[in-house]
Amino acid sequence: MTPEEARAVLVASIQQVAPETDPDSVPGDADLLDELELDSMDVLNVVVAVHDRCGLEIAERDYPKLLTLDSFTDHLVTLSEA
Amino acid sequence: MEHGTVLEWLVGVGDLVERGDVIAIVDTEKSEIEVEVWQAGTVTEFLVEIGQEVPVGTPLARLSTQGGVEAPPPGLPAPPAPVAVPAVHEEHPGRVVSPLVRRRAEELGVDLEHLVGTGPREAITRADVERAASARPPLASVSPPVDGIRPARLVAASPQARRLAGERGVDLRSIAGTGPGGAVLAADVGEGGAAVPPSPPSPRATIAALMARSNREIPHFHLTLDLDLGPTLTWLAGLNQQRSVANRILPAAVLLQATARAVAAHPEANGFWVDDDFRPGEGVQLGVAVALRGGGLVAPAIPDADQLDTDQTMAALRDLVGRARARRMRSREMSTATITVTNLGDRGVDSVHGVIHPPQVGLVGFGRITERPLVVDGGIVARSMVTATFAGDHRALDGHEGARVLATIDRLLRNPAKLNPPSPDPEKL
Repeated sequence: MTPEEARAVLVASIQQVAPETDPDSVPGDADLLDELELDSMDVLNVVVAVHDRCGLEIAERDYPKLLTLDSFTDHLVTLSEA
Repeated sequence: MEHGTVLEWLVGVGDLVERGDVIAIVDTEKSEIEVEVWQAGTVTEFLVEIGQEVPVGTPLARLSTQGGVEAPPPGLPAPPAPVAVPAVHEEHPGRVVSPLVRRRAEELGVDLEHLVGTGPREAITRADVERAASARPPLASVSPPVDGIRPARLVAASPQARRLAGERGVDLRSIAGTGPGGAVLAADVGEGGAAVPPSPPSPRATIAALMARSNREIPHFHLTLDLDLGPTLTWLAGLNQQRSVANRILPAAVLLQATARAVAAHPEANGFWVDDDFRPGEGVQLGVAVALRGGGLVAPAIPDADQLDTDQTMAALRDLVGRARARRMRSREMSTATITVTNLGDRGVDSVHGVIHPPQVGLVGFGRITERPLVVDGGIVARSMVTATFAGDHRALDGHEGARVLATIDRLLRNPAKLNPPSPDPEKL
């Protein structure tokens, strides 16, 4: 999975969970949860949506890697190569 | 209870109903009750007129189920009534105002003294109260706005409204109904031509009215207890590791479950302060405060939350939050909470000292889960902790009763595996 593909999956997943947000407008290194007002339920739903879209399963212990768009995307790329 | 009178329909012919949906409000000799439907189906016909007095057991409406087979019609329930409502008392001889309507009037800030009742025997109906509230700015309704798109055959309207609209050539879809859930009532149908829809209450006005009333009326006390969440988080990590992503449990669900059990074990915190007296709630209907993106707050109830296992609690939480954010609440769940939990956790604040939602007498709060230093056996260790708070109505309960609720939550969370299966006897906690 390329970084572009990973980012597309991520943005689509966030839009599905929080349709009133605009993930594309968030700077890559900004705190995703603060910028988009996502709580733990939203994060879990995004993780589920990502899994539905591309089959990648994010372990709970890796949740700290999901704080920014960039780090989330990087993590997806890493998972896809495993 | 021998007879009842239908005061209002909450659905219309053609509406799809689910099991548990309230379809009518019936006035009995003792109280007003909401009649629920026990099968899913489509309402095909009303069998009783508004204002008509019928004996208990009379079918009220016809439903067809998905297979096209007619379901047994929901009738007037025989005693005991499904919803416990305190005894009716009369303000003026001959003029009945039930506690349900009285509560709604209080929520909306409507003065009952000068209201004309349009129900049978001049009873003041919920619609009378809501119409009065919407007639003056600012609007202060506790119910969230209803989704506004309705195909013609699914417009909720009373049979009278349908008849009047038909006679006057008015399209039901053009009328903004003032009945519960936006149902069109006879009084909403104008002479013809489009009616002006009342502007919906702003979310802030709604919350403002509730919070102002709470602070005005309730003498609050506040208690705090820091809880060690190590055992719970460890237990959850083990559970979640073996499950698919879609079946993961959030810590919030366990906190809700423990709270429901604790409140079940301390029923003095579970109920309402009404007319200078405490009325215990029937079961633990756990209100969950959900923040709406863009502002606003709703607190719908998880029914019988103390009877649920962790998975069921998680499912209920997920369902409530999803529907709350999509503005798809059911009127019943908006008015039945016997106690509420507010959770500003995640990455918000350490603790929340909230404002009780009247007429409830308690509010449990949880802040964010953080790693904190804790002294254990003379040494300092890092532990995952959360600050739990209890806000209590000092008219209804005292500090030590609130403290017991927090202490029980603490005890339950030290051994979360024991939360499932649900204990049949809350005394055994």
